[in-house]
Amino acid sequence: MDTARTYRLRKRNRRQTRNALLFISPWILGFLVFTLWPILYSGYLSLTDYDVLNDPNFVGLENYRQLGQDPRVMLSLRNTMFYAALSVPLHIGIALLLAMLLMRARRATGFFRTVFYLPNMTPPVAVGILLLLLFNGHNGLVNAVLGFVGIPGPDWTTDSTWIKPGLVLMSLWTLGGSTIILLAALNNVPRDLYDAALVDGAGPLRRFTSVTVPMISGTLFFLVIVNTIAALQSFTEAYTAYFGAGNGTYSNDAALFYVIYLFRQAFEYLNMGFASAMAWLLFAIIMVITAIQYVVGRKLVFYEGEDGG
Amino acid sequence: MYFKDSCPPPLEPGLARRSRTAVAVAAAASVLLVGCATGTQPNVTAQGPDQFPAGAELSGVLNIMGYNADADEVARTRADLAGKAIAPATVKAVEGELDVQQFLSAVAAGDAPDLIYANRDQLGTFAARKAIMPIDTCITGETISLDDFRKPALDQVTFGGHIYGIPEFNQVQIVMANRTLLEKAGLDTSDVDGSDWGKVTEANKKLAQQKGSKPSVIGFDSKLPEFLPLWAKANGADMISADGKTARIDDPKVVATLEFGVGIYTDQGGFGSVKAFRDSADFFGKGNQFATGVLGAMPMEQWYVNILNDVSPQAPMAFDTFKTTSGQPLSFGSGSAWAIPSAGKNPQAACRYIKTITETASWMAAAEARATARQKEKKPFTGLFTANQNADEQIKAKYVDSSTALESPWKEAVQASYEANEASFSLPANPADAQFKQAWLDGVNRVLNGKASPAESMATAQKEAQAALDKAWSTLEKADADGSAG
Repeated sequence: MDTARTYRLRKRNRRQTRNALLFISPWILGFLVFTLWPILYSGYLSLTDYDVLNDPNFVGLENYRQLGQDPRVMLSLRNTMFYAALSVPLHIGIALLLAMLLMRARRATGFFRTVFYLPNMTPPVAVGILLLLLFNGHNGLVNAVLGFVGIPGPDWTTDSTWIKPGLVLMSLWTLGGSTIILLAALNNVPRDLYDAALVDGAGPLRRFTSVTVPMISGTLFFLVIVNTIAALQSFTEAYTAYFGAGNGTYSNDAALFYVIYLFRQAFEYLNMGFASAMAWLLFAIIMVITAIQYVVGRKLVFYEGEDGG
Repeated sequence: MYFKDSCPPPLEPGLARRSRTAVAVAAAASVLLVGCATGTQPNVTAQGPDQFPAGAELSGVLNIMGYNADADEVARTRADLAGKAIAPATVKAVEGELDVQQFLSAVAAGDAPDLIYANRDQLGTFAARKAIMPIDTCITGETISLDDFRKPALDQVTFGGHIYGIPEFNQVQIVMANRTLLEKAGLDTSDVDGSDWGKVTEANKKLAQQKGSKPSVIGFDSKLPEFLPLWAKANGADMISADGKTARIDDPKVVATLEFGVGIYTDQGGFGSVKAFRDSADFFGKGNQFATGVLGAMPMEQWYVNILNDVSPQAPMAFDTFKTTSGQPLSFGSGSAWAIPSAGKNPQAACRYIKTITETASWMAAAEARATARQKEKKPFTGLFTANQNADEQIKAKYVDSSTALESPWKEAVQASYEANEASFSLPANPADAQFKQAWLDGVNRVLNGKASPAESMATAQKEAQAALDKAWSTLEKADADGSAG
């Protein structure tokens, strides 16, 4: 009897598994053809000299050797790391501040949530052009506002020292997405924890550090990971403002992000093999950074349902 | 010579297949790994016959990439004539400026257009990769009169001894100045025409004004980085050898030129401030720098004369030719050209279309249409500046010289533009043009951004440019040798 039941169960499980696989097979096929295979093949291309039109010519590790010799690879990496190191904490910090303010908006929360998210709908190319207008050192809105409080604004878009800070500030244009995610996380923090903290005499700062932050640490960790990856892949805004439509011939090395240089190698100079090697290097760097974040995160992040220890 | 025949051979099927896979994978992987690429697919097919008998009946569709036939009456008139010339073959166009990625992807995918309209300085790169075909036989077959075309423009589309395109418009520069500002400072155009750099420096100092630490009037704009080749040539330096193989970016005369050009900005508080001020201007509108009196003088392409005449006809302008340090007119010619992709499926129609759209009769018809349109708008016709010398001369004689609508200072602008067109030079075609150009632009920008001295920056640029040229030429020679052996 048991054996027959087990057999039926197994048969049903197999059928269910087969059906499930059938349902997700379009995705699996797409993943294999358009994701996995290209990734693997780009690994091969990184070992070749390839100009898009003629056949790849195997050159071994030559492209990787050249990565170390090309000063612009290091320059663009430095620029990208600097940008990521500034923009990610600022982005998350301000998004958290806005989310906490939104918590207090009560009935108007929906309205403000929409307002904060709207800038995310702006195409990145438009954001790049907007940067040039807002941050123009002569008559930009940013300097006009600074002027009101007696601060002479710098030439954000032409002074090498201020170009990356300008890009970091402009990246805040799209923090609406993170704000909405953090707002959802804040809404999920049980009220009775705050009440208990209040009874224990905890002030606002203590409640924030001992209740809010631990309870939303999982969301914060997620945002740190995805925003770091996005910052390391930053391209469109800086390219539009300093290398593309915004500036025909003028450019500034201070805005040369890694992916911009990769794009130039691939699609302007047609060095597709070298660009593939650059892509793999970036992939490796992102993996290492994410691994470090994960290890650190395991010590700092609290997930509900876990043994708090 | 880099090609044995006038037409490069088709890729072997196996090679084409591998190449196709490689492009698709490279593009997709770039998207996945870094999120910025677009997809491509190669398959360079056999190209069409290399014989172009004049008068032969044409058929099929002519796919054109990069040309907007409806841009204005000049484009429309000539496109109509060219369309009629290839009938019963028909035209299908992908409008907008040529997208190099789109073009190369189409070629690699075996879906190349039949005709492209590109910048002349792009053709060397395309030719080196055999993406476009030499059109010597097209020129002979359709009897295209090369004598009509300006030599510098033709040189720019000649690569490895073969002609790869027929040049169309010719952009040249003249000096544009605010007459009122010049007169107030006791100057005239001879002080800012480039013939005497000491005078230009002094004029800049007299014309420039500051409000606090920011410029309120730009005295002279040397238009770096884009016009470095113009200033360098005016100083007697070529930035690349005539055969397109040797970069000369670190030539002491080029370095001296850069020092002078950057000095113009330094005297006005630095390039960053000047550029921020320049960027804040309404360049194409009524509030342009000349109309609002915030720019003394600059060299600029002649098309800007039409803009100024349209939006601010009362601006107190003065014009002259840009001059070498020995006082001769000079301009850095650039512009567009028509070329036939190697894998195009209708080269005969493409060839006749090129012939018709660039021939003198078509330019004359276009000039007639433009003159009529301008008359309706009660505005003067300021001429057409093309790579077809014969057409330019006839248009000038028929429409410009006799025009009573053309008054000073616009008359002087047109006169200077024609003189500049006669004195244009161009940089020779080379297979690494994008990298060569980027190298010297980066070199200039490093100096403008205060990151390097002119000498060290141009030394770095020289190294980068020469490495790119060496690599491109050696790849080309190897491919040619392999082709010969095969």
